[in-house]
Amino acid sequence: MAQRGAVLGRTALVAVAALALAACGGGGGAAGGGGDVTSIRVLDYYNNEPDRSVYARTLDACGQQAGVTIEREVVPGASLIARVLQQASSRTLPDVMMIDNPDLQQIAASGALAPISDFGLSVDGYADGVATASTYEGQVYGMQPVTNTIGLFYNEDVLAQAGITPPTTWDELRTAAAPLTQGQRYGIAFAANATYEGTWQFLPFMWTNGGEETDIASPQVAEALQLWTDLVQSGSASRSVVNWTQADVKDQFAAGNAAMMVNGPWQFPPLDKVEGLRYNVVRIPVPQSGDTQVAPLGGETWTIPQTGDAARQAKAAEIVACLNSDENQLALATERSTVPTKTALREQFVAQVPKMAAFTEQVQTARSRTQMLGEKWPEAATRIYTAIQTALTGGASPQQALQQAQNG
Amino acid sequence: MAEFATVAPARPPDAAVPPPPSPSGEPLWSPRRRERLLQLGFLVPAVAYLLLFFGYPVVQNAVMGFQEYTTRTFYTGEAPWVGLDNYTAVLTSPVFDQALLNTVLFTVGSIVGQFGIGLAIAVFFQRRFPLSGLLRSLLLLPWLIPLIVSGAVWRWILDQDNGALNRFLGGLGLVGENPGWLTSTSLALIAVIAVNIWIGIPFNTTILYGGLQDIPGELYEAAALDGATGWRAFRHVTWPLLRPVVNVVLVLGVVYTIKVLDIILGLTGGGPANATQTIATQSYHLSFQEFRFGEGAALGNVLILTSLVFALLYLRANRQVSR
Repeated sequence: MAQRGAVLGRTALVAVAALALAACGGGGGAAGGGGDVTSIRVLDYYNNEPDRSVYARTLDACGQQAGVTIEREVVPGASLIARVLQQASSRTLPDVMMIDNPDLQQIAASGALAPISDFGLSVDGYADGVATASTYEGQVYGMQPVTNTIGLFYNEDVLAQAGITPPTTWDELRTAAAPLTQGQRYGIAFAANATYEGTWQFLPFMWTNGGEETDIASPQVAEALQLWTDLVQSGSASRSVVNWTQADVKDQFAAGNAAMMVNGPWQFPPLDKVEGLRYNVVRIPVPQSGDTQVAPLGGETWTIPQTGDAARQAKAAEIVACLNSDENQLALATERSTVPTKTALREQFVAQVPKMAAFTEQVQTARSRTQMLGEKWPEAATRIYTAIQTALTGGASPQQALQQAQNG
Repeated sequence: MAEFATVAPARPPDAAVPPPPSPSGEPLWSPRRRERLLQLGFLVPAVAYLLLFFGYPVVQNAVMGFQEYTTRTFYTGEAPWVGLDNYTAVLTSPVFDQALLNTVLFTVGSIVGQFGIGLAIAVFFQRRFPLSGLLRSLLLLPWLIPLIVSGAVWRWILDQDNGALNRFLGGLGLVGENPGWLTSTSLALIAVIAVNIWIGIPFNTTILYGGLQDIPGELYEAAALDGATGWRAFRHVTWPLLRPVVNVVLVLGVVYTIKVLDIILGLTGGGPANATQTIATQSYHLSFQEFRFGEGAALGNVLILTSLVFALLYLRANRQVSR
């Protein structure tokens, strides 16, 4: 009976205050100090299968190796940051903490994380973008075992029937999407909703065309947005894209309502369960053939918070290092349909999991979202999805929409 | 009116009035004084509860509105004082104008719809007919479903291409091209208001039905003898006697509607292109998506002040009811 709350009830802001209130209580607990470390507290948001049990197994194995038991807390993705902030202010941060990579700089900036160099760890040999995402002001604060990005999924049967090969350039994408649109089916689906997901899906188009988040009113960004706008206004993509999450896009593709879609490899498990669906993945089309693809890097990074207990932190570092061992990078990547972050592992990985070839290739030149703007990224991401929505709903031309968003 | 007791802050009994200056020579532990202390003692739990769970968050939020409160603050505790900067930032942002307009439209639209339909249904159920009790309890259903669930279901129903509503309208031949209920900037707010009306009808019906039950049947009989039936009976008997309840329902409705967050987030996330962005959703976005807690708090305070005005109106209306 939500409606029965008191007058000032559940405005979001009161919730913030409640967080602060919770912060005032608690305290202590974590910092035991000295003594033998027998258990390590871990916080992450892998609450869906197969991720949940894959990480449970890997963490337990790493704990065994380090001689500690793992006390794992799994929270839903949306509440991770709230939990981290609450624990930060009550000084009850876990020993090992997973953070979505674009959030790392926010948390590192607060001083709550220990640089991994304190424990003799480094990210040498990692893909550049991945290392950058875990770096704040020259110090590395996290190690990311696997990464992911988005590619272009296509329905093999539908494309074969229409005699169309998967598009590699924007022009090919336009000309392929039109005839693939028939009856109930749209040529392509993507997510352009009013969240960072919408921004994330747009980034490969914007970055590959030379657009930068530091100046979104540039012609390069406008051209990319023009492509999306054309796809929607010509009817090759549904107008509903402005309200679709990536999961909705996957559902449309799985139901045969879209011949192609922009999405990530985490959709493999649900797609593989769809009977009669044959699909494959290629790189996201580039503006001109020969252009270098620049895709955004996804995935989570593992950090060691400043708990004030050197012995526990050292054990925590062992766990983080173990999660990032060659063996575990490959195992996690294979089981979770992600890409190992150590460049040396790539060839071996693609040989093992050919389906991940397109994604692995994209990751080599991919970029982290916080590389240029750091803590300011959320603000820019909001502007970008607002401009996308304005242009796609016909509120303004792509150029004007981007200019408005930049000024706003 | 025990119905509302949970919402109204406890009205302090006479104890709050300062005791009259005692004539000289009254002993320290006179029975009167003890009784007064006892009265105060009974107040303590309620006051402590209010201060802790309502006073503290509100004060904290008010203070936060004047601070640069970021993710950093949670760890370091440092929140530099920035005066009115947060307010300037949120009030001059172009999103604010649209959010304010949307909030007003959303609130007025929802209240008019909820109240109008709720009253009609309440009056309808005043008559006894077979299954009326069952139907009346079924009406409570929207109220019992978690908002996120009903949001998800409505998203399916209102989907542009495959939604049940458009299939239905298309089947009847009413619409040529599928309307984008949640995806067109001109329709999205209307759709969100409609869903919110659906959610709010049970509340309005229940309270108004209760008010109608309190009107003695003899009045209708007397009015009927004077020739007032149907609409005239409603106009001259029902409405005047229902007025105090109506006031309460409307004021509470405004307070509940102005801060609606989950249903909008579930349906559109404030989109497309801020078409359904309200002050509440914008405040949530600033705090929890952009981590600008100070600005989010400032916007939240604007909302709290607005609610407060209506809360005072509610207290007045409530007093009239109890008279």
